[in-house]
Amino acid sequence: MALDQIVDGLSEVSCDVLVIGGGTAGPMAALKAKLKNPKANVVLLEKANVKRSGAISMGMDGLNNAVIPGYATPEQYTKEITIANDGIVDQKAVYKYAQNCFGIIEELDGFGIRFLKNENGDYAVKKVHHIGTYVLPMPNGETVKKALYRQLRRARILISNRYMATRLLKSAEGRIAGAVSVNTRTAEMLVIKAKAVILCMGAAGRLGLPTSGYLFGTYENAANSGDGYAMAYHAGAALANLECFQINPLIKDYNGPACAYVAGPFGAYTANNEGSRFIECDYWSGQMMLEFYNELLSGKGPVFLQLKHLHPDTISEIESTLHKVERPTRGLFQQGRGVDYRSESIEMHISEIGFCSGHSASGVFVDDNARTTVPGLYAAGDMASVPHNYMLGAFTNGSVAGIDAMEFADSHDFAEFDAADVAMERDRVMAPTKCEDGIPPNQIEYKTRRLVNDYLQPPKVTRKYELGMRRLAEVREDMQERMIARNAHELLRALEVQSIMDCADMAAHASLYREESRWGLYHWRTDFPEKDNENWFCHTLLSKRDGKMTSEKRAVEPYVVPVADDEKDLYDKQRIRASA
Amino acid sequence: MPLASYQTSVPVVVDDAKCIADKGCTVCVDVCPLDVLRISEMTNKAYMAYDECWYCMPCEADCPTGAVTVNIPYLLR
Repeated sequence: MALDQIVDGLSEVSCDVLVIGGGTAGPMAALKAKLKNPKANVVLLEKANVKRSGAISMGMDGLNNAVIPGYATPEQYTKEITIANDGIVDQKAVYKYAQNCFGIIEELDGFGIRFLKNENGDYAVKKVHHIGTYVLPMPNGETVKKALYRQLRRARILISNRYMATRLLKSAEGRIAGAVSVNTRTAEMLVIKAKAVILCMGAAGRLGLPTSGYLFGTYENAANSGDGYAMAYHAGAALANLECFQINPLIKDYNGPACAYVAGPFGAYTANNEGSRFIECDYWSGQMMLEFYNELLSGKGPVFLQLKHLHPDTISEIESTLHKVERPTRGLFQQGRGVDYRSESIEMHISEIGFCSGHSASGVFVDDNARTTVPGLYAAGDMASVPHNYMLGAFTNGSVAGIDAMEFADSHDFAEFDAADVAMERDRVMAPTKCEDGIPPNQIEYKTRRLVNDYLQPPKVTRKYELGMRRLAEVREDMQERMIARNAHELLRALEVQSIMDCADMAAHASLYREESRWGLYHWRTDFPEKDNENWFCHTLLSKRDGKMTSEKRAVEPYVVPVADDEKDLYDKQRIRASA
Repeated sequence: MPLASYQTSVPVVVDDAKCIADKGCTVCVDVCPLDVLRISEMTNKAYMAYDECWYCMPCEADCPTGAVTVNIPYLLR
């Protein structure tokens, strides 16, 4: 097969701003960078194809965190996200997002992306969160990628599809200098020199193994294998709160959202096998997930999303969104099982673990300008540490990153990197193609992710973690010494599994460091079952120092929006109590 | 260790009669986020070469002739 044959090659190009990842944050970052300085060269590098890549490949069914005047204020939103994250939030970045996101909604509206409006032409915002009202449905949300792509073409962004970035390049002084990438269909390597680099590479969604055992049956787009987390780590950037895992309530086996954010505002709710509600609120938080987990194990499971009590016309309306946007094969899946929402509830389950700030708080550390701890390196979207970011956060913070990165590029020249770094990276990338005989990437991946499930998913037990880390180290040795890739496509998978392995190590290291329980199910340590504000009311930052993985505490920045003492534990009261 | 291949039923099905890959169309191969589709050198039609599907649908949605059908992978059906 000509397409996947390995071609030996290495070329070099340069640009002012390099954006890696063409899903949600990436296109917006590239667009804003280019609009900031139309004379500059902006390259958008994408492992798949920008037309259909990332979490919003088939669009999105709604905005989950829209701060719209008349419905919510930036102060209310910042406070809610602070409480939902057990207080461990640098509010400045959340507040800035909350202030900027309405402008981005109007811009997206101008791109032709449609949001639900009421008869007066106002945005029809719905309540799903515990306290405030932030959910804006997108019944025609399948147009998102097409609308974005049109803007990229109009602005003449240089798009390079089917290139997977593998490592960042830095100067001796520690400034960003570019990135190394490899063509996923030919294995030819491309070095891209850049004055500033923005990482928009999505979640680490291929970390845990779905219960079906199918490697690609993940909640996240399975292309999101955590490459951005691994690259940031190897470049020496700090990663924040990785122990705050992403775990979501999903349609059992299908492993996609059901989705309570869409159906909830119409009156659907999560119920146990007795048909009773057991959680106050369907908004995805660690505390809510803990109650979900407890209910599944209590004997009162399975857990369902209940819609059948609704009017048939309402169900049809919900169905038309669920089966058309975001994960359209939901309809096919339910049809295959003979499930009609009018007569049967949707069986729910708990997803595999991952890293994703889009839904939790595990990401590459960024400040309110989307800057990482490496000069000239930015991050936005699911992989950057602004918590509960979702799609609108990716757009809004992608915009922030694009503008700031172009300002950086305008005031700096290219940083020089060492050619030996490229040579070393080329050897690492191509190593699996040099093996005559060995273990294929899919087996290394299955074993790694099976170990993640067996040892790392909550509840987190210290002894299990120690065993898991030993087993993972053995697989890492196999991966480095014996993994084989016979064509360029297998090489892509071989590189992805190296990101997955790095993320597994980081998940274990970060989880052992924080010696308390926090964020409900996300970081439930059985050996430290209580929240310990005295010692652990702080961020944790993980980074690579002198080649070793290290963790440290970082103080939470003083709040911009104060939270009263009696508000702090509102998200801890998720379980519905029997009334007297 | 020597390698063996094992059989797997793939979820993406292409109707050869409708597929116009032989006329130069590569839309489904281009858009797939997991890059699992290829054009067969024997039939000059699109097919699923790698069983690594996220059942996401761009291949089916963007096919200009309606030749592509995405099924739910058997393991999670």
